[in-house]
Amino acid sequence: MYGLTNTVEKSAASGAASVYPRPGAVASYARKSNSVKTKATRDVFWLECVERIRDQQDQTAFAELFSHFAPRVKSFLMKSGADESLAEECSQEVMVTLWRKAHLFDPARASVATWIFTIARNKKIDALRRASRPEPESLPWQEDQAPDAAEALELQQESARLTKVIEGLPGKQRDIVKRAFYGDLSHQEIATETGLPLGTIKSRIRLALDRMRHSLK
Amino acid sequence: MNNMTVKHTLNDELMMGYAAGILPEAFNLVVATHLSLCDESRAGVESYEAVGGAVLDSTETAKMSSGALADCLKRIKTEQPEVAKTKPSEGVFPNPLQVYVGGDLDAVKWRSLGNGAKQAILPTAKGATARLLFIPAGTAVPDHGHRGTELTLVLQGAFTDEIDRFGRGDIEIANEDLNHQPVAEAGEDCICLAATDAPLRFNSLLPRLMQPFFRI
Repeated sequence: MYGLTNTVEKSAASGAASVYPRPGAVASYARKSNSVKTKATRDVFWLECVERIRDQQDQTAFAELFSHFAPRVKSFLMKSGADESLAEECSQEVMVTLWRKAHLFDPARASVATWIFTIARNKKIDALRRASRPEPESLPWQEDQAPDAAEALELQQESARLTKVIEGLPGKQRDIVKRAFYGDLSHQEIATETGLPLGTIKSRIRLALDRMRHSLK
Repeated sequence: MNNMTVKHTLNDELMMGYAAGILPEAFNLVVATHLSLCDESRAGVESYEAVGGAVLDSTETAKMSSGALADCLKRIKTEQPEVAKTKPSEGVFPNPLQVYVGGDLDAVKWRSLGNGAKQAILPTAKGATARLLFIPAGTAVPDHGHRGTELTLVLQGAFTDEIDRFGRGDIEIANEDLNHQPVAEAGEDCICLAATDAPLRFNSLLPRLMQPFFRI
């Protein structure tokens, strides 16, 4: 596994000018890997679209992401209390932000859907609540310590698995999770024990964070 | 200045609340500051964000206006990529807190609470209050309870109360059941960032009289 990753690293050396210098690394690793589950294939495709935007300013890749995610972001914002025209305007802004921030996306810590969710959530707080959203300190990549392609792929697969689990939750529990993210619940209404199986994904993210901390020293 | 030996981390309610974006601004500030110092909580919040991603991905769609994609394509042609992220803070305050203070520790505009203790209220939206607390080494914060939830994050020094010892990066989550009297450890003055979604309730007469005046 590490041999393959090193090969990918060397072939990506030309991208050293960007913050996250590994053009196409995860997508090309995924194509070579036999372990890709069908469920995660779509997530890897979205990832490839983000990489094409970042490396080639590819508008076709942007259109692919737009046609899938913009209508979902719009619906998400309307469920969160935005009227139709505000939701339309904000979803367009979310997609433009995706274009501008493509080089900051970290596939070892989030799927594209998760990343777009965070952009939409921040836009929602900004536009609907007119409050600012304090964000934790970012951990910048060192040029020689870009995300590991195999780890990024595993995270993508784990995200796909999580989506499946949430879709399979009993009705009432799934409803609480969805309503919390639409902003229909207060934080006190969230049960302390959510019962969501987050152990695996959390330890993968933790691993990616440890790697970044190590590279910062 | 990152302390990776944080012992007291966020609970699930706050991790999910922060990920979902449903906490008041003052709580978001304390959580964002804590996440800057604690990768365990950060990984927890990011896994709840993955739940948000799953919810978004399985949401039904709402039709975009007919010219939406063309409008976005037109806009992105003129957009510059956002500048690279900032470096982690080397000071006492992590970056998200510095934004609210307007700088590091030396930029705080303290107001005296008496006996050497000081506080500074930070500007946040209604619903909860955020403030910095300065407790001289070896002294106690007045004994108090809370009507709602109180989050206390240690940024310098340490305090001990009925529950445990809390050092830099540790967050104490107190609800209405807890009446506590934090005492700053000897040796170093203790600086905390605290947020409450209801006023504190002091258990002796004098601080209670001072409460409306100082907006604690």
